[in-house]
Amino acid sequence: MAINLKELAKKDIKFTSGHRLCTGCGPAIIAKWTMLAAADYNVAMSSATCCVEISSAVFPYSSWKGVSWYHNAFENAGAVVGGIEATYKALKRKGKIDKDFKFIAMGGDGGTYDIGFQSLSGMAERGHNALYIVYDNNAYMNTGIQRSSATPKYAWTTTTYVGDAYQGKQQRRKDLVSIMAAHDIPYVAQASLGYWRDYMTKVQKALETPGPSFIAVYAPCWRGWRTETNSAVDLGRLAVQSRYWPLFEVVDGKWGMTYEPREAKPLADFLKPQGRFSHLFRPGYEHLMADFQSEVDFKWDQLQRRIASSK
Amino acid sequence: MTIAEKPVRQRKVVGLTGDGAAADAMMQINPDQVAAYPITPQTEIVERFAEYVANGEVQTEFVAVESEHSALSACCGGAAAGGRVMTCTSSQGLALMHEVLYIASGNRLPIVMPMVNRTLSAPINIHGDHSDSMGSRDAAWIQLFCADAQEIYDTTIQAVRIAEHPDVSLPVMICFDGFNVSHDMERVEMLDKEEVQEFVGDNKPAINMLDPENPITIGSLVLPPFFFEHKLSMINALEGSLKVIEEVGKEFEKLSGRAQPILETYGMEDAEVAVVALSGIGGTATWTVMKLREQGMKVGVIRPRVYRPFPGAQMAQLLKNVKAVAVVEKATSPGAAASPIFEDLATALYDQNAHPKMVNYVTGLGGRDTSSAQFTAVFERLQGIAKGGPVGPRVSYIGVRE
Repeated sequence: MAINLKELAKKDIKFTSGHRLCTGCGPAIIAKWTMLAAADYNVAMSSATCCVEISSAVFPYSSWKGVSWYHNAFENAGAVVGGIEATYKALKRKGKIDKDFKFIAMGGDGGTYDIGFQSLSGMAERGHNALYIVYDNNAYMNTGIQRSSATPKYAWTTTTYVGDAYQGKQQRRKDLVSIMAAHDIPYVAQASLGYWRDYMTKVQKALETPGPSFIAVYAPCWRGWRTETNSAVDLGRLAVQSRYWPLFEVVDGKWGMTYEPREAKPLADFLKPQGRFSHLFRPGYEHLMADFQSEVDFKWDQLQRRIASSK
Repeated sequence: MTIAEKPVRQRKVVGLTGDGAAADAMMQINPDQVAAYPITPQTEIVERFAEYVANGEVQTEFVAVESEHSALSACCGGAAAGGRVMTCTSSQGLALMHEVLYIASGNRLPIVMPMVNRTLSAPINIHGDHSDSMGSRDAAWIQLFCADAQEIYDTTIQAVRIAEHPDVSLPVMICFDGFNVSHDMERVEMLDKEEVQEFVGDNKPAINMLDPENPITIGSLVLPPFFFEHKLSMINALEGSLKVIEEVGKEFEKLSGRAQPILETYGMEDAEVAVVALSGIGGTATWTVMKLREQGMKVGVIRPRVYRPFPGAQMAQLLKNVKAVAVVEKATSPGAAASPIFEDLATALYDQNAHPKMVNYVTGLGGRDTSSAQFTAVFERLQGIAKGGPVGPRVSYIGVRE
């Protein structure tokens, strides 16, 4: 199932240009990669209310070409895709359709980690044959950069300001990938913008795996992260290279890395370009940086222990 | 030979609760998908249907979701995928669905949902009143109200045709009282499964995500240049559905021998005073009218089977010679001028020739029974008003301690 770039270049992209996402938007690239990876299938999708949703289907236009796409509400992409898949199964059983379909749900971190958490969990527990993709840009970007449970500790957002009393978000981010792995579904993976081959391989693997699957893909939002328009892909790579966002997968309960940088880059390389972390680099705030590093180390070690115990 | 032509003893007569009647109708409809979550007093519908699934009596994909919000969301997905889908709920469940109710109608998805009326918390209480349905009256669902198990069975089958009619394409709620109707065992005449299948026919979905030749985008962002037209087309479809409800009812009457009027009436030919009441209490009001007419009182009752769209013109026609009317409701609209049906009816009569004096009663909140004696007192007051006596307060509360 290796991705062949030459072959890929010939495919119809089912997420077309003309959408209204920002210049340099990370999630827009993810949407395009997703549809490229799924180019050979009949696809029916559900979408949570999110940046990609609101910008890709402004009536009477749609960027979803050659794919059926349904946006219902913010918190129910899991339930909606489950309903589409359940009806598909019944229609197949009754002999009313003969075509094969793949089912994908997509949402941002707010619609997935927070308000859509229950709906996602229900979809996974019930075993719907569908892939849920969260493009994680670390906050409610559509409404203007408010913190979500995916927002990293100490990040500035418009609901976690940096002031004298406290500096940025005070809580750790939720480890949703581990929670989804704990559902014991057949395929769970973490991917990032900047590693297109790794991500598309994971999408194709998930689509070929019967049963529910889940991919969390890191999708930098330059606007919300207070950085340069052209930085999304670079930040996606730095997140991985600094060990903040490792690339791994959990296949039938077995944890394994899919890419590992030979040497970890300093965390500062990833955080420095982002205005939302600028306070971490001010004199007197070194302890925040140290705490951030200790969380990254803790999660990395935890992941390595899981991988070791899977062998 | 249709059941209407069969002698009674050759018909299939069974004892069913209201919930059982809904579940058995669903079984005979054999929808593509049922996504539901248990809530008292709707639970028996889900349980009974799950048994039909387990026994292979339906080919339905049963999705036992983790909440009512997901139940209706999954139904939206299923309907958008071109399936015939159903769910059922009650009270808090309907409240949790509230957001998706508007999306189901706005996306024009023909979902059918038995809805067992139970009061809304707080205080928490599992018994029947209409506060749940009334809280959803502006969601652009067709709302049908049933008084007994037979009507629930009949209406559920018709609801599929109404919802899927190309001129309608809207979701339908089949409402009936919690416990008093949902859990009471009654005589129900059933059709054969084949007859039901023939009546509901094949689903010809206008929206179908699973046609690879014609992929579609649903649920777009619709901004001011187009939003209003979307809504108006939905409003027109809801208003026009009254005609379809009537047509489907006539067709069902031919098959079953049971009339399916928009407004069930008793004594309205010559009534001087009348009561308007939905579902279960409409039955109690009808029984009271029968007794009072035996004593020579010119009283009548209207029990609307359809609440949304509101059959205002038909009600005005029936009330044109009536001097005083009481709207008795198991619901309240706190802070409003009166309860929901009173407000609808007063509005509908305002520009008509019928101008009876009107009073509003709130009764049975949280499932307290309304007795025939209480209806008798209502009729006595109406007679006083009809004779030129004082009208009194617009809203009164029946059987409540002060």
